[in-house]
Amino acid sequence: MRYAYYPGCSLTESAREFDVSTRLVMERLGCELVEIPDWTCCGASAAEPVSRLMNYALPARNLAIAEQDMDGMDVLAPCAACYLNLLKVGREAVGDRHLHGRINEVLAASGLVYRGKARVRHLLDVLKNDVGAKIVEQKVTDSLKGMKIAPYYGCQILRPYPVFDDPGKPVSMEPFIEAMGGEVHRWDMGNRCCGASLMVGHPEVAIRSVAEILNAARGADAIATVCPLCQMNLEAYQAKAARAGGRRVPVLYLTQLMGLAMGLDDKAMRLSDNLTMTPAVRRGIAARAWAEPAPGQGAETVEASG
Amino acid sequence: MSGAVRETWSPAPESDRMILKELRETVGACMQCGTCTASCPNWHAMDVTPRAMWRMIQFGMLDRILESRTFWMCSSCYLCTLRCPRGLKLTSAMAALKRLAGVANGPAARRNGSFYAAFMDDVEAHGRVQETSMMQRYFIRRRDPAAPLAFLPLGVRMLSKGKVHLPGRGMGGVLKPLFAKARELEGTP
Ligand code: SF4
Ligand code: SF4
Repeated sequence: MRYAYYPGCSLTESAREFDVSTRLVMERLGCELVEIPDWTCCGASAAEPVSRLMNYALPARNLAIAEQDMDGMDVLAPCAACYLNLLKVGREAVGDRHLHGRINEVLAASGLVYRGKARVRHLLDVLKNDVGAKIVEQKVTDSLKGMKIAPYYGCQILRPYPVFDDPGKPVSMEPFIEAMGGEVHRWDMGNRCCGASLMVGHPEVAIRSVAEILNAARGADAIATVCPLCQMNLEAYQAKAARAGGRRVPVLYLTQLMGLAMGLDDKAMRLSDNLTMTPAVRRGIAARAWAEPAPGQGAETVEASG
Repeated sequence: MSGAVRETWSPAPESDRMILKELRETVGACMQCGTCTASCPNWHAMDVTPRAMWRMIQFGMLDRILESRTFWMCSSCYLCTLRCPRGLKLTSAMAALKRLAGVANGPAARRNGSFYAAFMDDVEAHGRVQETSMMQRYFIRRRDPAAPLAFLPLGVRMLSKGKVHLPGRGMGGVLKPLFAKARELEGTP
């Protein structure tokens, strides 16, 4: 299986570990990722509040290149915001002749045409529907047995377009957690908003959401994410959330956990890039500490991270 | 209704009129059931509920709308859009309100809209967002000396993880012609 890979800006900077782990894990699962040449920013959630047209034209530029040069491959985006923006152009512009025309007027400024043919997929969609948990299970060499993982989906991979899972009660990560030998932490915060970019201008509002999410992860050894913004908000503000009554929980990308379970080491999965990865947590993962029931509760004994 | 809008909002340049038209079309069919308000995770930080905001748009109460902080508190989580029984694109409406306030560009827009504007400036300059230079642009736009300080601890942690680097690895100005064309078509300065 080959995909036109759209990493998006975060995966080249603050979320490198997501990019690296995605590429390695997908390769092991027999998927070839071909990066879209000269891809540019999709506008994240910042384009729409500034320019309606650029909100469509930015993702359309990348899809236009994929359509033109990549031979009908599905476009794979690991980031939730990138995925939604890319998906949204197809859903909203195709069939709307006026909007589609204006998008192409903008793209014509660099000699491109968006035809609306490229199919856009989120990483989790590809894992669920093209790969399947069975294949993952076959590749597991270092089972995460006993590790309790809270699957966190965030908002934009299923809203407003529920393509591959139920946005009210998403479950698509669960078979993968079980395939790795882990245990699913059942909670109802998996699709709760992390505050997204409100964290920059109005941290007091976003921290409240983050604290509630972290608290609901009580009893889990880790939270698994599939979005760099979720990851950032849940990880980087744990000290502040703790002051607002939140708990500290390690947060890892699903692909990092998959890599570990498939025998890739913590260097390859760049665990040290995670902001919640204290030496104690890393030792715990290396020793599979959660496998034996510890006195006290797993995540509660995590040391404070500065 | 459009007469009332023009009275309370003048002068209305081309770009505003386009946004207003879009807004009224987006929420025109709202039946005031309140599902959107009940769904919003950020309701506690809003001064006008989302449901009431759509009413104010229907009535063209633009001065009241622009005074509100409600739309700045929207984190684009799309829960209201998913649940609205009328299928209205409410998250887009919140974004359109941010654009409208951005055109008016008062102190509230500077405080609340700086991040979006800085982000887009950086995209225009580099093609891909460079987090360090984007945050610098944000601090300059915010004009609040305390803003950088609040981010210092995180900045230091990110730096120590090697996660931020100096700008310059982007795509250059490949998007500049696209931005220019969009401005021309949208009638924005
Ligand atoms: S959910 Fe839809 S119909 Fe109900 S109040 Fe909100 S916008 Fe109106
Ligand atoms: S999209 Fe915005 S207004 Fe709608 S529920 Fe989410 S935060 Fe609230």
